[in-house]
Amino acid sequence: MTAANPPATGSGTDDAKRPGAGFPWAALIFLGPAGLLLLVFLAFPIVYTFFLSFNRGRGGEFSDWVGLDNWIRLFTQDPNFLRLGFPPSGALWNNVLWIVFYVSLTVLLGLILAVMATRVRYEALIKGIVFLPQAIAATSLAIIWRFVYAPDPETGLLNAVLGVGGVGPLSVLGSPDTVNWALIAVGVWGSVGFATVILSAAIKGISSEVLEAARVDGANETQIFWRIIVPMVSLPISVVAVTLVVNVIKLFDIIFVMTGGGPGASSRVIAFSMYQEAFPQGQFGYGAAIAVVMLLLLIPVMIFNIRRFRAEAVQS
Amino acid sequence: MATVTFDHMYKRYGDDVIAVNDLNLEIADGEFLVLVGPSGCGKTTALRCVAGLEDISDGRLLIGDRVVNNVAPKDRDIAMVFQSYALYPHMTVYDNLAFGLKLRKINKSDIDKRVKEAAGILGLERFLDRKPKALSGGQRQRVALGRAIVREPSVFLMDEPLSNLDAKLRVQTRAEIARLHQRLGTTTIYVTHDQVEAMTMGDRICVMRDGLLQQVGSPQDLYDNPVNIFVAGFIGSPSMNFAATKAEGKDLMFGGAKLELTGAQARAAESRPAGAEVLIGFRPEHIEIANGQGGSAVRFPAKVDVVEYLGNEELIHAQAEGNEIVALLPSDRKVAVGDSVDLAVPMEKLHIFDPESEKTLVG
Repeated sequence: MTAANPPATGSGTDDAKRPGAGFPWAALIFLGPAGLLLLVFLAFPIVYTFFLSFNRGRGGEFSDWVGLDNWIRLFTQDPNFLRLGFPPSGALWNNVLWIVFYVSLTVLLGLILAVMATRVRYEALIKGIVFLPQAIAATSLAIIWRFVYAPDPETGLLNAVLGVGGVGPLSVLGSPDTVNWALIAVGVWGSVGFATVILSAAIKGISSEVLEAARVDGANETQIFWRIIVPMVSLPISVVAVTLVVNVIKLFDIIFVMTGGGPGASSRVIAFSMYQEAFPQGQFGYGAAIAVVMLLLLIPVMIFNIRRFRAEAVQS
Repeated sequence: MATVTFDHMYKRYGDDVIAVNDLNLEIADGEFLVLVGPSGCGKTTALRCVAGLEDISDGRLLIGDRVVNNVAPKDRDIAMVFQSYALYPHMTVYDNLAFGLKLRKINKSDIDKRVKEAAGILGLERFLDRKPKALSGGQRQRVALGRAIVREPSVFLMDEPLSNLDAKLRVQTRAEIARLHQRLGTTTIYVTHDQVEAMTMGDRICVMRDGLLQQVGSPQDLYDNPVNIFVAGFIGSPSMNFAATKAEGKDLMFGGAKLELTGAQARAAESRPAGAEVLIGFRPEHIEIANGQGGSAVRFPAKVDVVEYLGNEELIHAQAEGNEIVALLPSDRKVAVGDSVDLAVPMEKLHIFDPESEKTLVG
């Protein structure tokens, strides 16, 4: 019975029962389970992977310590991962292409669609259609586009269209020159809805009087777009861009389904390389090194995010 | 600088909403015209039509001699101050002021000169490097004004620019805008729902209701000679008292009291058949306590309900023949709650309206 009673109020002499005094048992009880989960499923795997990258690591276990061999090979002897030259190539370089073109095109198209959608009557319908690819699993989306890109004009929409113009048939996924651009186009198609929806919400938040003021001040619609709308939604733009950068660093499914990294290794990206080296090839130590590279690439993005959240907290 | 002319201008939304109904108005070069009326009266819509932010459904709109029905806002040579200030939040005060000039490809040193000059007039020099969010409401308001004046337009349009300021700042800024207008002499159209602002600032006031122009005139003209019940009740604070009476020859019966009229007022009463209802109106500040002497005034008895002491004056709420009457009297009158008093209104201050048409019968 006594245990179920609420703590007596007004006794006031027992310091240990006051919040803030003594060992914070309550904090431990509330935070403990989450902390334990983070430790087991986040901190431990990171440390494990880091050490694994200095092993040959057959079977995913610490075996055959090789020191920096995996790392040296990764950056100097593996043209599938990084080949410096002109033009550079390899999985890491492909990720750079993705970050530059996929992110900028998605943001730009998303912005344009968001601005245009707010000016037509069927805004909800248009945004629904643009958002639709978001609702499709990436693997299904990749399969759809494999059909679109099929070299046979009977199956391939792209070549059917090109055929009308007397061009082709082209095997865009079969040529190292075009494969990355074709894949980036699929990525943009799949993500532009996300960008549109977020940015359109932000654009709606701009007071119409500000836009009218700009119009009276003498701005045309292009100037309003670049000099008023874009700067005023710069924060949501950076949110979208950062999310897309993270998408790119984790990018795997589209590549796996559409090209399997080919032709050759020309469309590999780092997450695909990690999978390819660790699992089919069984080189877990080498795969672990690639995983660590991915983690390192994500750190600046995370720092940027944390800084931004802090800045927002200060503002509000 | 330029005149602005509304020539039978209509603004309709869909088939059944007429926001501005056959507006005919000429605003002289350099004039300060106030558009005033309750919300939804069409005053802001009329202003936005001048700015080019709304299309005109019918009629013509001229700035100077040029018909601007189909001219884009940027080509109308106007500048507008918005109710919410509508500053560009991502630009400094300097860039906010300079934006319109940069778009017009004016050279940098001229822009700098004009921005600094406008900032000087409005006392904004210290804030040129700040962003709007680091400014107080009054400072933002001045930036919004500054953005209009650097452009040196031929017409200023102001849409309730003081409504987001607190009472004290509103009085200050009101004077500042008036001073600015005297200094620049630019034609200004100023929209407000506040009749005090309208009375204090306007060269002329245009009262609107339900899209229709009610009366245009100088503040004193509107105060002395309102053409209808709406204008009479809208202009003046506290607002005019109204009471129902019956015509009886050249006099009016106000309940049991007979109001003996003379002059224009008598002619107005005579124009109505005997027994017809007639509405009288008189302003609280024109009411006096009757002192038994003659003179040309109407008198009626009243019983004091409430006395509100305002310092120099007292606001008396009284019942007279079943009507609530508000009177503004000097506080040395020492009227007490429950007193029965005889109130008097000078003849020339008595307004008489037709309750059907709501129009004045005097004059």
